[in-house]
Amino acid sequence: MGKRKGIESSIALADAAAMCRVDGISAYPITPQTHIVEHLSEWVNDGKLDAEFVPVDSEHSAMSAACGLSSVGARTFTATSSQGLALMHEILFIASSMRFPMVMAVANRALSAPISIWNDHSDIMAERDIGWIQLFAENGQECFDLTPLCFRVSEDKRVVLPSLLNFDGFIVSHMIEPIEYWDQEQFDAFLPPFEPQIRLDVKNPTTMGVVGVPEIYYETKMVHHDALRKAKAVVKEGFAELEKTVGRKYEVVEKYKADDAEVALTILGSLAETAMTAVDNLRKKGHKVGLVRPRLWRPFPDEEFIEAVSNIPVLGVADRAYTFGAAHHPVASEVKSVLFNEEKRPKVLEFVLGIGGRDVKVEEFEEMFMKMIKVKDGAKPFGIEYVGVR
Amino acid sequence: MEYLNVYASKLIPERELFASGHKACQGCAPALALRYLLKAAGPNTIVCNATGCMEIISSAYPDISWGVPWIHVAFENAAAVASGVEAGIKALQRKGKISKGKVNIIAIGGDGATFDIGMGPLSGLLERGHDVLYLCYDNEAYMNTGIQRSSGTPKYASTTTSPAGDVIPGQQTVKKDLAQIAIAHQVSYVATASTSYPVDFIEKVKKALATDGAKLIHIFAPCPTGWRAKPKDIIKLGRLAVQTGLFPIYEYCNGRYKMTFDLPFLKSIKYYLKIQGRYRHLTEEMIKELDEDLKQRYRWLETLARETKEAK
Repeated sequence: MGKRKGIESSIALADAAAMCRVDGISAYPITPQTHIVEHLSEWVNDGKLDAEFVPVDSEHSAMSAACGLSSVGARTFTATSSQGLALMHEILFIASSMRFPMVMAVANRALSAPISIWNDHSDIMAERDIGWIQLFAENGQECFDLTPLCFRVSEDKRVVLPSLLNFDGFIVSHMIEPIEYWDQEQFDAFLPPFEPQIRLDVKNPTTMGVVGVPEIYYETKMVHHDALRKAKAVVKEGFAELEKTVGRKYEVVEKYKADDAEVALTILGSLAETAMTAVDNLRKKGHKVGLVRPRLWRPFPDEEFIEAVSNIPVLGVADRAYTFGAAHHPVASEVKSVLFNEEKRPKVLEFVLGIGGRDVKVEEFEEMFMKMIKVKDGAKPFGIEYVGVR
Repeated sequence: MEYLNVYASKLIPERELFASGHKACQGCAPALALRYLLKAAGPNTIVCNATGCMEIISSAYPDISWGVPWIHVAFENAAAVASGVEAGIKALQRKGKISKGKVNIIAIGGDGATFDIGMGPLSGLLERGHDVLYLCYDNEAYMNTGIQRSSGTPKYASTTTSPAGDVIPGQQTVKKDLAQIAIAHQVSYVATASTSYPVDFIEKVKKALATDGAKLIHIFAPCPTGWRAKPKDIIKLGRLAVQTGLFPIYEYCNGRYKMTFDLPFLKSIKYYLKIQGRYRHLTEEMIKELDEDLKQRYRWLETLARETKEAK
């Protein structure tokens, strides 16, 4: 078992990527992701990691160069945030449709305007449909553990799709935490060397990125969608193997005191840890409250999610991004559509919170739970509540 | 050099790595550029193609013209993709994961993909010095989308977004000088070429590929459809562009300029302009202006070549 060290989450994530023995990194600086690629460039320039570090001219080029790296069979890593992720938008769809199994860490940050370097989920929710595997890490340990998991799942011959690891900008990225490192041998056993099924090779010429005439385009999309839906099983296998390797248990839908809960909250990212404290406080007062968090956001684990919430009378959903002009915000809209045809389903109440770095305190979560409890006890369900907005 | 073309069949490799049967228009010079490019580069080559005419006509699945590994990702990023391909090959060869040996990595883009939307990635490629040849085939407008002006479109040319109007007579800006932009990155090899001088182009490609680091070739490649010219005139137009001094072909190698031809005099541009529909609206005054402009630029380039030659 590896050592436990007090270290910044970004540095730990970079160390994990390096210990995955990546061959190529393409990156462009953007706050608050920068520490990851800074640290990886140190690995390379100190001669401790045999990889090419390509310091590109933009995030658009970072994702494009990552496609180039992956196309020749290099294990490829990049990281970004916010505007950088938005600038990559065009190429994100291409990377997944061309089936490049790269991994990208995203330190979630609000989108401009007004410009904000602080945390929310507006960057990733705008990229919900890019066809990548998307996971959420809630703390530094998860950032470290899930980096090799992303490579393992992406490179699996049944998947061959890129993975994206979300974690909250600053709140997680710049936090110094006790993190248990894996040994290099554990990495090597968990993540075998990357063996691409197809690569650009002068000895065996292949063509990548052709014109999709109407006779084939539709089928390529269908195959992509199927592969992403089926990736859930491979993620679960990876979680099981991870537990065998380091003893930590991960689930596609994480529950916290939800089994007997009468009221539960769905929330993504590090704020779940604040909400846990609220759950503990309310449990002490005798309220049966809990949390249900999809760790896997794409493919959405609908079966596991339905199973986790079907016996809960009232479910709150916390969104950390807007879907401007829509009746529901992104996570709520996902949850509601997943539950709509179910015979047995909770009443769903919606919250928006933590926008652009706005802090959400334990007491605010407690208030949210108390409002949900009132609905459970017969009060009229409310519309979307914008927590803490002035 | 013109006589050399007579013997071209003996000088140029027979093997075709860019297959015929592609969907280019009759008389397409950019398609010729690709054919010659691969003859020069040979099979140990990976091509990274920007979106554009040449990508579309050569890769409509399952009708693929490419006999070498080929990748297309998007419009503006051929240089960035090629940077990644080069870095990946380098890392994997060093780590013993793939066999060693020289692999030519070539990025290809039209004038729109290069002069405009892909300028940032191109600058990044050149500045970082990846061992990549960037080939810009320049047909002086966005032909794939229907002949819109680019910053490679010459002054007064009529395009669908710089039409010869009653008040504004076509393109109002001068053509961006791509080769000079590349040279400003202090790369070791830059050349201009023309599809009408294939042996010269092939030699330049070979020379570029034998040079380490980033290099760029800017090839002038007339487009019959976009220029509203006859397919039979396409080779003639490419020659005239060189012989009039309008598109001088030269090499820049380690700080020195070398003009490909010593032209004792420059031909008049009148005939060159006359056989293209895009210049139909030009007045004598405009022609005079273009003529004076090109002569001035040509003299400037000749001086550079003379001075850097003497500096040796």
